[in-house]
Amino acid sequence: MKFRVIIFTAISALFRNKMRTLLTALGLIIGVAAVIVSVGMGNGAKAQVMAQIASMGDNVILIFAGSVNRGGMTSGAGGAGTLTADDAMALERDVPALELVSPGATGGSRVAAGNQNWSTKIYGASPEYFDIRRWTFTQGGPFTDRDVKTSAKVCVIGNTVATQLFGEPELSLGQTIRIKKVPFTVIGLLGVKGADARGQDQDDTVVMPYTSAMKRVMGTKTLSIINVSAVHGANIPVVVQQITDVLNQRHHIGGDRDADFKVLSQEEIAQMATATSKIMGLLLTIVASVSLVIGGIGIMNIMLVSVTERTREIGIRMAIGARGSDILLQFFIEAITLSCLGGLTGIAVGLGSANLVSNFAGMPVLITSGPILLAFGVSALVGVTFGFYPAIKASSLDPIEALRYE
Amino acid sequence: MDAIIKLDHLEKTYHSAETPVRAVRAVSLEIARGDFVAIMGTSGSGKSTMMNILGCLDRPTGGTYLLDGVDVSGLSRNEFADVRNRKIGFVFQNFNLLARTSALDNVKLPMLYNHSGSKLSGKAQQDKAMKTLEMVGIGKRWDHTPSQLSGGQQQRVAIARSLINDPVLLLADEPTGNLDTRTSFDILGIFQRLNDQGITVIMVTHENDVANFAKRIIIMRDGKVRSDVQVQQRSIAEVELKKLEAEKDDDDS
Ligand SMILES: Nc1ncnc2c1ncn2[C@@H]1O[C@H](COP(=O)(O)OP(=O)(O)O)[C@@H](O)[C@H]1O
Ligand SMILES: [Mg+2]
Repeated sequence: MKFRVIIFTAISALFRNKMRTLLTALGLIIGVAAVIVSVGMGNGAKAQVMAQIASMGDNVILIFAGSVNRGGMTSGAGGAGTLTADDAMALERDVPALELVSPGATGGSRVAAGNQNWSTKIYGASPEYFDIRRWTFTQGGPFTDRDVKTSAKVCVIGNTVATQLFGEPELSLGQTIRIKKVPFTVIGLLGVKGADARGQDQDDTVVMPYTSAMKRVMGTKTLSIINVSAVHGANIPVVVQQITDVLNQRHHIGGDRDADFKVLSQEEIAQMATATSKIMGLLLTIVASVSLVIGGIGIMNIMLVSVTERTREIGIRMAIGARGSDILLQFFIEAITLSCLGGLTGIAVGLGSANLVSNFAGMPVLITSGPILLAFGVSALVGVTFGFYPAIKASSLDPIEALRYE
Repeated sequence: MDAIIKLDHLEKTYHSAETPVRAVRAVSLEIARGDFVAIMGTSGSGKSTMMNILGCLDRPTGGTYLLDGVDVSGLSRNEFADVRNRKIGFVFQNFNLLARTSALDNVKLPMLYNHSGSKLSGKAQQDKAMKTLEMVGIGKRWDHTPSQLSGGQQQRVAIARSLINDPVLLLADEPTGNLDTRTSFDILGIFQRLNDQGITVIMVTHENDVANFAKRIIIMRDGKVRSDVQVQQRSIAEVELKKLEAEKDDDDS
C-alpha cells in the first residue's frame, strides 16, 4: 500500500471526527505548549540574569556582613554590623589581586524635595563603587575621596528617584534633597540600568559617601557590605579564599566561632539568582512531562476506541486481502499523525502563549529552536509509543470475527 | 477434470462453545474451473463455515484444501491474505462496503493491498476501477458513498470490488439475501455473465429460485454434503427478468 494513501487514509479518518480528534490531542497540545513556554521562560530569565551580571561589572566580589540568605541579601537591617572601614582597608592592603575596594553601608529611607517625597534605597559607598558596578552618569559625576573624608552632604541619584522627585530627571542636578531632615546636594544623575536579576529597580537608589550614610542617615559605625573587584584575569575562587582568610584572621574566626561575614563572587550570585528560575523550570518541565504522558494515554485510549469502533472496517480490509502489517501501519500512522498534528498545534499555542507572557505579563521569554524541536520530537515519540499497542491490537484481529462484529 | 477446488475429508470443529461444534464434517468434493455452484442448506448446516474456508478467511481443522493446485493449509497469515487479495473475490449478504467512502475508492481498495510486484500506476488503477464499475452497470454513481446507494447498487459496487484484482474464484455468501426479486435477478445476471467469461462462482443461498441460476447445486446438512446435482432447467437472468416484466404488466392491467 502506498505511503501517500496511508497518510491520506489516516488524515481523513481523523477529520471524520474533528471534535474527538481535538479533544484527544488536547493533552498533547497543552504539554507541548507548556514545554515551549516553560523552557522559553527559563531561558529568558537566565539570559536576563546573565545580562544583569554582565552589567554589574567584571570580577565583582561582594562581602556581606552577618549571615547571608539565598537571594544574596544581608539578613536584618545593615546586617550584623561586623564589617568596618578598617576591614576594607586591610583587604586593599593584604589582597594584591584586588583592583578596587568600596566600603558600603546600605539602608532605606524617605527622601524629599520640595513637596515631593519618595521611599528609596540609600547606598553609602566610596567613589570606586561606580567603577566596580559600572555605573555611568547622565549628568554630573561621582563624589570624591575628599567628600568621603568630610562626610560631605552630597549624593548622586538614580533615574527613578530623580523622576519621582523632580518629574524631569534632568532638573535634579544641583538641587537639594532632604534625607532624615539632612539636606544633600545632588551632584550627579546615574545612567539608567533597569531591573536587576531579582527584578528590583536598580535606578531606584541614592548613592552617597559611605561616611555620610553611616553618620548622617543610618547612625551606624559599621559597614553592611564591601564591594570589591579583582584585577582582570584573576583566579576568582583563590581571591575569594584570600579575602576570607584576611577577614577570618581579623575577626578571629576559627574553631567553634562561625564566620560573621559572607563572601560571594559574581558567579555565585548568578547561581543563586538563577536557582529560583531553575526550580521553576524544573517544576514546569515536570508539569509538561506529565501532560505529555497524559496526552499519550489519551491518544492510546482513543485509538483503542477507534479500533473497536472500526472492527468491521478492519474485517472488510482483511477479507479483501489486507495483511496484518497493512492494518498495523494504517492505525500506527493514524496515531502518529494525530500526535504530530497535536504537536504542531501545541507549538503554535506555545509560541502564542509565550508572546502573551512576554508582552502582557512582562516576563522575559527567550524562544529557541531547541525546545520546539524537542517538543515536536517528544509528541511524535508519544504517538509511536502509545499508538503501537492499539495498532498491534487492530492487526491481530481475526478477519471472520471482525467481519461479524456489529 | 481441471479442478480449481479440491477438498479431501475437510473438517472444521469450533471449540469456542462448551461442547465442540463440528460445523464441517469430512467433506470431499471437487469444483471444476468455470463452474457455477450454489450451496444450499438449512441455517446452521455449515454453509458459511465452508465458504470461509474456501475463501481462505479461516483454516480447516482437518483434511486438505487444494486451491488452484496449491495446498493452502500450510500458508502463513500473510500468504493467506495475498491469496484472498489476488485469487478470490468476496461478495457478502450485507455488502460490507467501507462507509463514507466513494464507490470508486471502495472498488480501488483491493488494489492498494496488492503486494505482488506488478502494480498499476495510480492513473491505471483509477481507469480500471472505473471500467469495472461500468461493467456492473454503476459507472455513473462512482462518487456516491454507500449510504447514497440502494441495496442493489451497493451490491454492484461490492461485485466490482471483488473483481478488481481479476480473481479466479468468486465467492458469494447469500448475495441476494437482502435484495428484492428483481434486483436479485440483476445481480445473478452479472454472476452468469462473469461465469460465462470463465470465472468460477460459488454462491450460498437458501432460495431454490436463486440456486437455479447456478449450474450445480450442493445441499449441506449437519456439516455434510447431502446432495450434489447438476441443474436440469437452469434459469437465465435475461429470461427471468422478461418474465417479471410481463407479470408486472399483468398486475397493472
Ligand atoms: N465462530 C463459531 N464458534 C462456534 N460455533 C460456530 C461458529 N461459527 C459457526 N458456528 C456453528 O457452526 C455451525 C455452522 O454454522 P454456519 O456455518 O454459520 O451455518 P450456516 O451458514 O449454514 O447457517 C452452527 O451450528 C454454528 O452455530
Ligand atoms: Mg450463514
